[in-house]
Amino acid sequence: MSLFLKLLFRNKLAGFGAVVLAVIVVLALLTPILPLHPPNATNTANRFLRPLSDGHLLGTDHLGRDLLSRLMWGTRLSLAVGFAAALVAGLLGAAIGVMAGYFGGRTDNVTMRGVDMLMAFPYILLALAIVAVLGPGLLNALIAVAVVNIPFFARNIRGVTVGIAHREFIDAAKLAGMGHTRILLTEVVPNIVPVVVIAMSTTIGWMILETAGLSFLGLGSQPPQADLGSMLGEARSALITAPHTSIVPGVMILLIVMSVNLLGDGIRDALDPRLRSGALARPMATTRVERAEAPVPKGDGLLRIDELETQFQVGPRIYKAVNKVSLELKPGECLGLIGESGSGKSVTALSVMGLVASPPGVITGGAVRLNGQDLIGAPYELLRSLRGRKVAYIFQDPLSTLHPLYRIGDQLIEAIRVHEPVSHAQAHKRAVKLLEDVRIPNAAARFRAYPHELSGGMRQRVGIAMALANDPDIIIADEPTTALDVTVQAQILALLSDLRRSRGLAILFITHDFGVVGQLCDRVAVMYGGRIVEAGPTADVLAAPAHPYTARLIACVPELGGGRRVMAAIPGLPPAVDDLPPGCAFAPRCEKAQAACRTGEIALQGEARKVRCLFPEVAP
Amino acid sequence: MTIALKSTNLAKTFDIGKRLIGPPRAQVHAVHPVSLEVKTGETLGIVGESGCGKSTLARMLVGLTPPSAGTIEIEGKALNRADPAAFGRLIQYVFQDPVSSLNPRKTIQQIMEVPLRLLHGLRGRALDDRIAELFDAVNLRPEFLTRYPHEFSGGQAQRIGIARALAASPRILILDEPVSALDVSVQAQVLNLLAALKSEFNLTYLFISHDLAVVEAVSDRIAVLYFGSVVETGPAEKVFAAPRHPYTKLLADSAPVVGKPLGGAQAGELPDPLNPPPGCAFAGRCPRATDLCRAEVPDLRPVEGDQFAACHHPLDP
Repeated sequence: MSLFLKLLFRNKLAGFGAVVLAVIVVLALLTPILPLHPPNATNTANRFLRPLSDGHLLGTDHLGRDLLSRLMWGTRLSLAVGFAAALVAGLLGAAIGVMAGYFGGRTDNVTMRGVDMLMAFPYILLALAIVAVLGPGLLNALIAVAVVNIPFFARNIRGVTVGIAHREFIDAAKLAGMGHTRILLTEVVPNIVPVVVIAMSTTIGWMILETAGLSFLGLGSQPPQADLGSMLGEARSALITAPHTSIVPGVMILLIVMSVNLLGDGIRDALDPRLRSGALARPMATTRVERAEAPVPKGDGLLRIDELETQFQVGPRIYKAVNKVSLELKPGECLGLIGESGSGKSVTALSVMGLVASPPGVITGGAVRLNGQDLIGAPYELLRSLRGRKVAYIFQDPLSTLHPLYRIGDQLIEAIRVHEPVSHAQAHKRAVKLLEDVRIPNAAARFRAYPHELSGGMRQRVGIAMALANDPDIIIADEPTTALDVTVQAQILALLSDLRRSRGLAILFITHDFGVVGQLCDRVAVMYGGRIVEAGPTADVLAAPAHPYTARLIACVPELGGGRRVMAAIPGLPPAVDDLPPGCAFAPRCEKAQAACRTGEIALQGEARKVRCLFPEVAP
Repeated sequence: MTIALKSTNLAKTFDIGKRLIGPPRAQVHAVHPVSLEVKTGETLGIVGESGCGKSTLARMLVGLTPPSAGTIEIEGKALNRADPAAFGRLIQYVFQDPVSSLNPRKTIQQIMEVPLRLLHGLRGRALDDRIAELFDAVNLRPEFLTRYPHEFSGGQAQRIGIARALAASPRILILDEPVSALDVSVQAQVLNLLAALKSEFNLTYLFISHDLAVVEAVSDRIAVLYFGSVVETGPAEKVFAAPRHPYTKLLADSAPVVGKPLGGAQAGELPDPLNPPPGCAFAGRCPRATDLCRAEVPDLRPVEGDQFAACHHPLDP
C-alpha cells in the first residue's frame, strides 16, 4: 500500500489531482455542518447578486438562492451519483465480463453480442431512452448512466478474464476439486480487481459528466434540488446577463473531472505492473556507459572483449550481470558461450553492440574491440553503421524479432537497404538469394509470406537470412535453436555450420546445451554468476572439464542411450548476481570448496585452457 | 499387474473458426485415435515434438479437455468427473510452466490448502501437519508458505506444483513437460525427486517430454507421438537404442550429443494440420516411403516382442 502511494505521488499531476479531489470530497462531506444558507431558500429581491456581495460569497441565482450553498450541496449530490453510477456499472459490467470470459463458447458469444448492441447506440440517446421509460429523477438518471457504461466494463473485463481463464492455475484449481463458483470467486476475481479499479478510476469523471448532462436536460435532479448539471441548466437562460451563475458550477465540474482523470491516470500507472517495471520508459539507442578508462588491449583478433562489466541498476540494487568478462573471437572461428539462465551470457552478447536496454543497464567497465576499434562509448551513428553490417545477431524467438505486419521479403530488403544504397530490384534479387542460401524451399514464393505463415524452423531461417543480409564478419547467435524442436534444431545447426564454412563467418554461439556446443564450436567458455569460470578448446573442455561447475553441469545432462538411472544433480541454486558471495560464486554448491575458496578474488588462469578455480579437477 | 490408466481410440478434433450457428469452418485433428495402457506403478514416457498432440492427450486423460471420441478408464472404471473430489484423489497433473500454474495473488499456504480441504476435508491442525509433511517430501522449507509465487525460482515453483499435486494423494500423476522450463542442474534435482516420490508413494506416472534423453532416463515404457498418432511404443531401453519407426530414428539421430557429428539434418517439417496428407503423416520426410505409405495409414502393430510400430516398412534393429 505504501509502495502504491509512493508510485502514485511520484506522478506529480496525479498527486495534484488527488489533493484537489480530496479537498472537494472533504468539503462536500462537511456541507451539512458548514454555516451556509439553506440551498433552496428563495429570495427574489436579491436575484442575480454578483459574487463577493454581502452575505453571498458567490452571489445568488435567478431565484435569489445562495450560489455557494447550492454549489456545495450540488457537488455533494453529483459526486455521490457519479461514484454510485461508476460502482454499479463497474460491478455489473465486471460480473458480465467475468462470466462471458470464463465460460466462453456460446455464453460468451450471446452475452457479448448483447453488449455490442448496447454499445452501438449513441450513449446519450440510450440514456435518454432509459430515462424516458423510467421517468425523470436523479435515481433514474443514475440507472441510465450506469447501464450506458456497463458495456465498456464488460468488454474490458472479458478480455482480461479470457487471458486468465486459460492460465494453468485455473486448470489446477479444477483438478483440486473446485467448482465454477469457487474458481470464479477465489481464483479469477482477485486477478481482475486491479483492472476493474483502473477502469473505474479512468471513467468516473466521464460518468459525472454524463449525469450532469442528463440533469442539464432536466431529466436528472428535479427542482428545487441542486446538482451541478441542473444548476447549469437553470443558469443557461441568464448566460449573458449573469454569467457567474453558469461559471460557478462549470468551474466545479471542470475541477472535479480534471482531478478525477489525473488521479485515475496515476492509479492506472501505479497499478499496472507493466508500467511499473518501466515499460513506458523508452530505452536509449545505445547502452549507457559509465567507464573510468578503457583497459589496454591484450592482443588483436577480430573481436576482443576485455574485462567487460555490465550492470543493471534497479533502485538501490546493483545486479552485476557481467563481471570482468574477457573473450576473443578470431576470423572464421566459432566460440560457444555456455551457462545457465542468469549467468550473464546473453547480456555479454548484447553489450558488444550496446544493445542492453538502458535504463536499467549500464556498462561500467571494459572494452569491446572490433578490429582494434573500441565500441564501448562509441557514438550511436558508428554503432548503427556496424550493427548488422559487421556484427549481426540471431535471437532465440524469431516470431518476436520479425515484424508481424510486414512480409518477410520486405523486411529483408529493408535490412539490405539500410546499409547499402542499392535499388529496390537489386535488393529484391539479393533477398531471394538469401532465402535460397538458408535453404528455404520455394524461396521466391515464400518471399511474400508473413512471419506467422511460417513454421518455427522456417522463421529461424529467415532470422538467419536477415543476419546474413549485409555479409557480416561476425554473427552473435543467442540460443537460436532453443525454441525449436530437436529435428528442426539439427537442420538449423547444420545450416549454420555450412554457412560458417562457406562464408568464413565468425560465430559467437550462446547456448545452455553442451551437445550443441560439442557439435558446432571450436572453443567454449563457461559462465557462472556473471563470470567466465572456464574456457578452452571444446573437445578438451568437454572431455576433461577443469572447473568443478563444468564437470558437474556436464554430468547433469542426461545422454541418450544411458537407460533408466538416477541423475547427477547440483544441490542448491545459482547465485543472485546482486548478492554474490566473496571468492568463488560456485563455492556454496561445490563439494570441493575450502576456506580459501570463500575469500578474495580468484583469477582466471591458464593460456589456451583457462580455469577460475583453486582446486581444479585437472591441471589446465 | 493391474492397469492404472487405459485409453481406447481416444481422439480430439478442434473446430477452427466457430460460428454462432452452423458447422465450423475447418477442423484440426489434434489427436488421432490413440490407445494406451499404463500399468500400476509404471512410468510411461510420451515423447514428441511441438504440435504432436501430447499435451492435448494429457489434458484429456485428466478430464480438462473433453475428448471427441474414445474412452478413458482409470483403474478399470470409466473416467467420471461427476464427483470432482473423488476424481481428484485418483489422478493429478503437474504443469509445464511452474510459475503460471500458481495463482499470483495467493500465498503458497493458500494454494496448498485447496486440494487438502476440498479433496480430503482436512481442517486446522491436521491441515497444517499435512502441508508440513508434503513440503518435507519435496525438500522445501516451511517458511516458503507465507510467500507469493513470483518470489520463487523455476525449480522451487515446480516443487510447489508437485507438492500441490501430491496433496491430493493421487494414484496417478500426469507430468506434462515438468522439467522443460528448468535449467539443467535444477532439472536433475526435480527428476530425482520425482523418482523418489514415485517409490515412496507407489505412484503411476505418465511422463510427457520433448527431450528424448530425459524420457529415456525416467521411463519404463515409451510411446512416440507424431502428428497426433502413436508411431512407436516399446520398452524404454529398446525404443531409442533400436528404433523401428523411421521417425523415432530421426529423433534419436537429431539429439545433439557431444562427440557425434552434426546429423539427422533431414529436410521437411510437420504436415499442415488443416490439410493433412493421406496415408502416413511421416511419408513426406521418410527416406523409406513408398506409394503404399502415401496412400494408406499404417496401423500400430507388433514388430518384435512388446515393441510396436505404425509403419509399413519398419526398420531392422
